[in-house]
Amino acid sequence: MSRKRLFQISRRDMPLVATFIVFLLLYAFGGFSYRNFMTPRVFLNLLTDNAVLGITAVGMTFVIISGGIDLSVGAVISTTAMIVAVLTKAGMNNVFVITIALLFGTTLGFLMGGMIQYFKTPPFIVTLAGMFFARGLGYVLSLGSVPITHPFYTNASSIGIRIGNGKLSMPAMALLAMILIGWFISRRTRFGRNVFAVGGNEQSAILMGLPVTQTKIAVYTFSGFCSAVAGFIYTFYTLSGYGLAAMGLEMEAIASAVIGGTLMTGGYGTILGTLLGTLIQGLIKSIIAFNGQFSVFWIKLFTGGMLLGFILLQKIFVYGTKSRRKKR
Amino acid sequence: MGGKLLEVHNVYKVFPGVTALADVDFALERGEIHGLMGENGAGKSTLIKVITGVYQKDAGTIVLDGQEIHPTSPLHAEALGISTVYQEVNLLTNLSVAENLAIGRQPTGTVGIDWKTMNRRAAGILEKFDIDIDVTELLGNYSIAIQQMVAIARALELDSKLLILDEPTSSLNADEVEKLFKQMRRLKEQGHAIIFVTHFLDQVFEITDRITVLRNGKYVGEYATPSMTKLDLVSKLMGKSLDDLKNFDSISNHVETGDDANLIDVKGMEKTNYMNPFDLKVRKGDIVGLAGLLGSGRTEITNLLFGTQKPEGGELHIKGKRVNLNSPRKAIAHHLALSPEDRKQEGIISGLSVRENIVLALQVKKGWLHNISIRKQTELAEKYIGMLSIKTSGVNQPIETLSGGNQQKVILARWLATNPELLIVDEPTRGIDVGAKMEIQRLLVELSKQGMGIVFVSSEIEEVVRCSNRVYILQNRNIVGELLGEEISEQEIMVRIAAKGDRKV
Ligand SMILES: Nc1ncnc2c1ncn2[C@@H]1O[C@H](COP(=O)(O)OP(=O)(O)OP(=O)(O)O)[C@@H](O)[C@H]1O
Ligand SMILES: [Mg+2]
Repeated sequence: MSRKRLFQISRRDMPLVATFIVFLLLYAFGGFSYRNFMTPRVFLNLLTDNAVLGITAVGMTFVIISGGIDLSVGAVISTTAMIVAVLTKAGMNNVFVITIALLFGTTLGFLMGGMIQYFKTPPFIVTLAGMFFARGLGYVLSLGSVPITHPFYTNASSIGIRIGNGKLSMPAMALLAMILIGWFISRRTRFGRNVFAVGGNEQSAILMGLPVTQTKIAVYTFSGFCSAVAGFIYTFYTLSGYGLAAMGLEMEAIASAVIGGTLMTGGYGTILGTLLGTLIQGLIKSIIAFNGQFSVFWIKLFTGGMLLGFILLQKIFVYGTKSRRKKR
Repeated sequence: MGGKLLEVHNVYKVFPGVTALADVDFALERGEIHGLMGENGAGKSTLIKVITGVYQKDAGTIVLDGQEIHPTSPLHAEALGISTVYQEVNLLTNLSVAENLAIGRQPTGTVGIDWKTMNRRAAGILEKFDIDIDVTELLGNYSIAIQQMVAIARALELDSKLLILDEPTSSLNADEVEKLFKQMRRLKEQGHAIIFVTHFLDQVFEITDRITVLRNGKYVGEYATPSMTKLDLVSKLMGKSLDDLKNFDSISNHVETGDDANLIDVKGMEKTNYMNPFDLKVRKGDIVGLAGLLGSGRTEITNLLFGTQKPEGGELHIKGKRVNLNSPRKAIAHHLALSPEDRKQEGIISGLSVRENIVLALQVKKGWLHNISIRKQTELAEKYIGMLSIKTSGVNQPIETLSGGNQQKVILARWLATNPELLIVDEPTRGIDVGAKMEIQRLLVELSKQGMGIVFVSSEIEEVVRCSNRVYILQNRNIVGELLGEEISEQEIMVRIAAKGDRKV
């Protein structure tokens, strides 16, 4: 029966393994090319610098696995930060501010999910509208940048756990926590498995008696929550709210998921892969920053090439599993 | 207790262009197995979907256990105590076998879903059906038969008071049907009631206590199974008097046409781990049957011939010329056609109309530059709708809204429309009602008389016998024998298939 596979990697895990190998190769490349690259500090900074992206990508992964897409995440981050900035400036209590900030993104996600489910509108359209709405709200709150001066935020960057010459910062901890939560939901809860079911075949999921409506709404709600958390973390870096912040981050989040092996058609994906996808994008940025002579557009170029490569890899993978001889 | 378990009164269901159910009644006693019968498109699946909340009825009442119910979804129906296996296998090919069995009710521990227990239980559940497979593999990697068994096992596991099985046996072989029946009898003894839909008359007579017949969306009647003969039932199904049915069974063993030229000649074709080397010949006017158990290589041969799987060795001659068919497109260009077994995955294109589905292969054959005009398309579609009596509200009805059997006919029509010289049909009558089955068999014989070569795959040996003039016997992915003309009989084929057969693959 269940054959032990010790060294034999199951075909299903291939995309994840491939992503991991790419990550190692990139990391090794950085290490060989630049002194100080393979230090705890650089690695921990990688986590810190990509926490916002990674946390957002966790929610995005669920959405994509369910067969949908969420374009509103970047806007929600920016607006969440704006809400934090404006309310803090108005002298409100921190707990209250955080609650409101998290509620905003979560509620928006919930409403978008409802729209998608009950009005049978494509997620692309609904979340695009959600994106415009969130950005609009950000501008309504303030057209310019609103600084955050409260000590809770300005002191946050000093919090962390020292490891070697680096520091596990609060954003990095938040990222790891969200990855853990995401992993747990995706592997260990019925809701998580239902997300895979809905993305695999919605009609079948309905006929199998799974709560498809609730699942789909919950997926967008969770994504909204993730981007709200990301937005909150974002304030620690920028110490301000700004309506134009996190532009295009939704695309990077999608890229994280896809590089990590999540299929855009739904039904397949892993949170661990998404973390790797995020870190790979981060590595590309770091390597280019270390080099110093490449300009920023190289980042996009490399990420783009990487993305294409991964999509090709997935095609091969999907084709491979389909054409494989059916077993009796 | 006492009283009926389920009563359906005066139910109506109207779709745009079709009244699928009109004033239908249905009653189910406790502890009985009840056959629901009717031709393709009679409304069986629709009735089931109304009972289980997939569709909302337009009028009528449904009473379960003395209480009127208004199911709004399969989830709701499950909560009311109704579990269902729908006609098309509806499972999740992207998840493991174990998950498909357990999803929605996975065992949980302190840290969420307990995968170990889940996998162990899944293996245990399948053991009841003597299925020994790796339950952690993706379901999509297994054959349709296995998938169908998994779907059945999942429904049985719910232990509901009412179990509904909509054509559960269409992809199963005799062994597997027997295993299913064993489980059904066990449930019946425990007092569960079962609604069972099938087009196999033998199965209905073997397992059911009573039968309800629908025709054209209307209730025809309810009968105690022992009080009926097969002919009675067929006449009720088709709405014909017994006299009209006299020549019902009259296709004679097909005879040689005497053309000696080989249409297609295969020597030593093979693919590792897929099919062992085999030789096969089809002449003009031949109907060549492939008989063997599930997994013996029938479908594999059709795929290799048609280029859906690339052969790794051997030669293929079409009309004396050596050709290399490594893609279906090439095969189509050489006037081959394959009507596949798995209609849901490889067959119908959802979202397209009946007309578009019918002309699809012909359009591919002609190339996309030679557009077939809508008028021509409609003409063609109407021709085949008539020829195969496809029940549809018009050529433009979306294919996914056709009944299961009628979808199957559309697939056949698609390949007939290409007017092939060699037609390969894999289970062409699966899920098709008795009347239409006979029509299709007749049609195939007719086409062969006009010179078409046909490769005919079917799990129903009776059908193979009836139509073929040559039969290849398959075992374990090998062709192990050949029967010609007079030698072909059900008896002989059965013996040959089973000969020193170890059928564990
Ligand atoms: N969603 C739908 N939209 C429009 N018409 C439909 C829909 N579902 C079913 N029909 C029509 O209702 C009729 C009854 O279909 P149904 O699937 O109930 O037949 P069936 O008795 O199950 O046949 P089969 O033996 O082929 O499975 C058919 O004419 C079919 O085309
Ligand atoms: Mg049906």
